[in-house]
Amino acid sequence: MIVRISGEDQYRLPDSDSQRLNELEGAVIAAVEGGDESAFAASLPALLEYVRSRGQPVPDDELESSDVILPPADVTLLEASGEFTGEGLIPD
Amino acid sequence: MAGLTGRMSTVVKAKVSKLLDRAEDPAETLDYSYQKQVEQLQNVKKGIADVVTAKKRLQMQESSLQQSVVKLDTQARQALSSGNEELARTALERKNVAQTELQSLDTQVGELEEQQQKLTDSEQKLRAKIEAFRTKKEVIKAQYSAAEAQVRISEAATGVGEQMADVGLAMQRAVDKTENMKARADAVSELEAAGTFDDVTALGSGEDDIDRQLKQLSSSSAVDEELAKMKGEVGSGGGAAQISPGEAQPPSESGKA
Repeated sequence: MIVRISGEDQYRLPDSDSQRLNELEGAVIAAVEGGDESAFAASLPALLEYVRSRGQPVPDDELESSDVILPPADVTLLEASGEFTGEGLIPD
Repeated sequence: MAGLTGRMSTVVKAKVSKLLDRAEDPAETLDYSYQKQVEQLQNVKKGIADVVTAKKRLQMQESSLQQSVVKLDTQARQALSSGNEELARTALERKNVAQTELQSLDTQVGELEEQQQKLTDSEQKLRAKIEAFRTKKEVIKAQYSAAEAQVRISEAATGVGEQMADVGLAMQRAVDKTENMKARADAVSELEAAGTFDDVTALGSGEDDIDRQLKQLSSSSAVDEELAKMKGEVGSGGGAAQISPGEAQPPSESGKA
């Protein structure tokens, strides 16, 4: 399974990690939906750190698409709850 | 996996499939896609240049404010030693505003520095992906039949497309931050243009207005504190007017500056 942390890297994680990943992401989503600033400040770094510590970075010259894309580490609760999509570089 | 990650993935996928729809012939798709990638890499470079420009502007403002702080401090001391407390206070008020601006500029320069670093890292990653795509493109053209090629192209283009989308997001955030900083830099420029940090010994009759505004901007407790401290340092050699100012001066004294 390939997970991208936006603004950082892509990581390759064992598929067996997906359940734990789901739990961690669930905590972030709950914090965002509840507008809970302190829960958000704790759960997002926990999720990202799990990916960084469990995953192997995908080399820059490998062209892989990600199964999951996580927001950047410095995303705010406001951004996460709004239209956090970005325009990207690909023209519409 | 709804929520944020789902939304981001959806946007990326939609963008990539749009890119692939442009051409029907696989070879054409590959070349078109590559050409777009190279163009976008130029945009990233331009984005980095914009951040650097904004940072330089703030840094120039910083150094000019630093000079003002030193100058105003000196003037406050000189005013105090010649017994002109009113003028010393004015100088300290200005110094106080300048220092506050300096601190915030410092934070912002740091933030821009960080943005610049992030974008530079992103640019390098994107460049590596594009280079990998270029190599792969030639392999695909040479080795695969049209039907197979479509699949391979799609895989490769999605990989690059995702990186492009990600860099785009980083750029957009950098641009937002840079815009905020520009507004801040403009505000400091306005203060400078209004003579906020000018030489207090050059105070003319028209300066009352600036000083009235300055009194609102600067923290009076910080100014009082610094004035008292400076009096201790400078005033030990001075004479009479040390602890007596109380109510005596403010109302009607017009000074002789």
